[in-house]
Amino acid sequence: MLRFILQRLLTFPLLLLVIYGSAVLLIMATPGEGLESGDKELPPEVLEQKRIAYNYDQPWWQRYFWTWPKRLVWDRDLPTHQYEDWTVVEIMASALPVSLQLGLLSLGIAVLLGIGGGTIAVAFRGRWLEHITVAMCLIGISLPTFVIGAILLIVVALWLGAVPVGGWGRPAQAILPAITLALPYAAYIARLTRSALLDAYAEDYIRTARAKGLSETRVLLDHALRNALLPVLSYLGPAAAAIFTGSFIVEKIFTIPGMGTHVVESINNRDQSLILATVIVYAVLLASFNLLVDLLYGLVDPRIRVGAKHA
Amino acid sequence: MSMVPQTARARFCHHRAALVSAVVLALMLALCLLSLAWSVPGMNAQHLQQTRHPPSAEHPLGTDDLGRSLLWRTLYGGAISLSLGLLAAAIAVGIGTAYGAVAGYVGGRCDELMMRIVDVLYALPSLLLMMLFTVSIGACLETWRILDSEWSRFVVLVLAIGGVSWLTMARVIRGQVLSLREQPFIEAARALGIPVWRILLRHTLPNLVGPIVVFGTLTVPQAILQESFLSFLGVGVQPPQATWGSLAADGVRALNPIRFDWWLVVFPCTALSITLLALNFVGDGLRDAFEARGER
Repeated sequence: MLRFILQRLLTFPLLLLVIYGSAVLLIMATPGEGLESGDKELPPEVLEQKRIAYNYDQPWWQRYFWTWPKRLVWDRDLPTHQYEDWTVVEIMASALPVSLQLGLLSLGIAVLLGIGGGTIAVAFRGRWLEHITVAMCLIGISLPTFVIGAILLIVVALWLGAVPVGGWGRPAQAILPAITLALPYAAYIARLTRSALLDAYAEDYIRTARAKGLSETRVLLDHALRNALLPVLSYLGPAAAAIFTGSFIVEKIFTIPGMGTHVVESINNRDQSLILATVIVYAVLLASFNLLVDLLYGLVDPRIRVGAKHA
Repeated sequence: MSMVPQTARARFCHHRAALVSAVVLALMLALCLLSLAWSVPGMNAQHLQQTRHPPSAEHPLGTDDLGRSLLWRTLYGGAISLSLGLLAAAIAVGIGTAYGAVAGYVGGRCDELMMRIVDVLYALPSLLLMMLFTVSIGACLETWRILDSEWSRFVVLVLAIGGVSWLTMARVIRGQVLSLREQPFIEAARALGIPVWRILLRHTLPNLVGPIVVFGTLTVPQAILQESFLSFLGVGVQPPQATWGSLAADGVRALNPIRFDWWLVVFPCTALSITLLALNFVGDGLRDAFEARGER
């Protein structure tokens, strides 16, 4: 296990370097430096000054692989291309916590709703409660998030007036966006849980548990569910990735000052410094999350701890 | 393990939801494609006296801001959405299969490296990647003046979505090839001195039809959904064109508590949801048909 962790930790910086390199490659394939933005033409002297301020006078490898990372992480004074008064670090510091809170909250909701829904569907096999859960899952996977969000916004926030319409900061403002973001993943997790539980029911140890005289509830919760959680756990990595990016859309609907706006704007305006920073932030976030999931996986399933090398 | 086509078909037909979905899907596809003759001129015909009218006899699904009939727009959008989804899925399947087959067959260090690359790409949010791709491919087409028409955006989206969605496919195919490689008939082919590309193409590929069809089908709804997200974020198809996603996104933007023009959202979304559900069911049915896991 220790070796497995060490191995993953050691490859981590390499992984980051590769991701950063690919992002640089993509950016260099895009023509334009993102400095000429705006409607009016800049005088050549001003443009020259701007180019120097953003280190465009240096060769690309020096700029992307030495000066910018240094200015970004060490000096923390690399400005974004679109707002010269803001450094990239300032923008990240204001936006990232918001997106993180939203994402983690949604992930929690998705896991609870998903495992709960899947378990309910199996516990009430063949009864109306199962059909309702299955129908909810179908809606969750087939409607785009922005439609679910808009409907929730209009019905719950505007017509019923139960929660604030948008913005961020108070717990009540987080309810709708978190639920909207969580629903599709809750639906998927519910489906995973349900089919894993059904698979588990075909196993011998369930028959053994029943033969021991355990109640049906304990068979489900203690024996079947514990094993059914593995596929859910391995889905958490991709789910986290999708939730953190899915938040672009939810943030736009509910006007939340998170990463979403910055990501979309930076890409549309070819704001190179901001694009690279967001890519790095997301890569660190998701890679560490995947690492965490792998470790959890080892905790839940002892077989993997032994066979870590082959997994 | 007998993989006779008849039994796979029988298993698919046994999956009732999948069967119904396949029919629904065929109907939807026929409806969108056959109506193109009317929907192409109809979708941009403006009736400025009748902007944002609710469904009526003249415009069965209502009209939008410019008085364009939502019926034609939804049908046309369907044709674009479906073809975009199919093309993007085809690209994803092509890249994924080739990549996974090579990684699995060659094995060793090469496999390790190739799968690490997939892991790296998995670690990046796909929507972020798609946006980056869309913008950079679009800018490249623009500067080099390749394909200077209203379709360039469509091509860019197909390339970007297809170019990002192949990761799962590559993993699945690699796993399959890894186990196929050890089978006696592949060993026999290798012993006969058949070149690697021919072994892959003639002996391995036919055995991969199952996963390719299943994951290909499941990639289509994903691609359509991703396009709707891109539309909502403002990097989807360009305005004269429309997809279900862009229509829904426009409808959602037009919604407010004072003017609740529900038809702008409801009709494109219904078409979108029905199609996505049908595609997912068909994919599930195909998986059951090909996998042949006894009990189910």
